[in-house]
Amino acid sequence: MTLDMFIFVFSAIVAVFGATMMISQRNPVAAVLYLIVSLVAQAVLYVQLGSVFMGAVLIIVYAGAILVLFVFVIMMLNLRGKEDLGDNSPPISRATKYIISMLMVAEFVFIVHGSVFSGPGGGMLEAETVAGFGSVEGIAKLLFTRYLYPFELTSILLLSAVVGAVVMAKRREIHEQSDSGSVSIDNDSNEGVK
Amino acid sequence: MVPISAYLIVAVVLFGIGTMGVLISRNIIVLFMCVELMLNAANLALIAFSRSLNIMDGHAFVFLVLTVAAAEAAVGLAMVITIYNNRESINIDRFNILKW
Repeated sequence: MTLDMFIFVFSAIVAVFGATMMISQRNPVAAVLYLIVSLVAQAVLYVQLGSVFMGAVLIIVYAGAILVLFVFVIMMLNLRGKEDLGDNSPPISRATKYIISMLMVAEFVFIVHGSVFSGPGGGMLEAETVAGFGSVEGIAKLLFTRYLYPFELTSILLLSAVVGAVVMAKRREIHEQSDSGSVSIDNDSNEGVK
Repeated sequence: MVPISAYLIVAVVLFGIGTMGVLISRNIIVLFMCVELMLNAANLALIAFSRSLNIMDGHAFVFLVLTVAAAEAAVGLAMVITIYNNRESINIDRFNILKW
C-alpha cells in the first residue's frame, strides 16, 4: 500500500467514523465535535485531491464559523432531558428507519461503483494536473470572470440570510417575561418592526 | 494513485449517513448538522470530479455551496431559536404548527 493510498484510507475511515458517531450521539455538543472530526478528515481528502485552498476554507468556514454557531445555539438553549432533545414515540419504529437508510446507502454505493469503475480508463486520476490547480489564483480567476454573476448573487444571498436571521431570532414582546436568561438581539424599543 | 471512484464512494457514504441522520434524528440541531454533512459530501464529489476532469470549475461551485451552507445554518438556527422561544422545546415531534 502506497503512502497516497494509506492517507486516503485513513482519512476516509475517520470521515465516515465521525459522521456515524455524529448521528448516533444523544448529546448535541458531542455531535458537533464529531462533525468537526469528520470535516477535518474531509479537508485532508481535499488537500490530497490537490485543492489546498478549499481544504483550508473548509476548516476555517465550518469548524471556525458554522459549527461555533451551532455550539453557541446549543449552549444558549440550554437543553436537557428527553423532552427537550426529543426521544419519545417515534411515528415509525427506529429499526425500520435504519433498514431503509442502510438500503439507500447500499444503493448509492452500488450505482457509483457500477457507473464509475466501468468508465474509460477505470476512472484513474491523471498524475499531473494543469498548472496552478486548486490555487487561490485559479479560483479567483474563475470567480471573477466566468462565475462573476453567481458570485455577486451570493452576496445578495448572504445579505438576505443575515436580515432574515435577525428578524426571526428577534425576541417578541409576549415572551419577554418567560425567558429572561437567554441572550437575544435586544432592540425591542423599535416598535415598527413588529 | 487513488482512483476517483474511491473518493466518490466516500462522498456517497457520507451523503447516505447524512440522509440516515435526517431520517432517524429527533433533535433538530443534529438534523441541521446532517444537512451540512450532505452538502459537504456533495462538495467532496465536486472536488473529485474537478480533479478528474482537470478543470477548476468545480472549485467555484464548492465556493458557492459553502456560502449557501453558511446562510442556511444562520437562518435555520434563527428558526430554531424562534421555535424554542415560542414552544419551549425543540422536539421535532411538536413542530406540527403548520399541519392543517
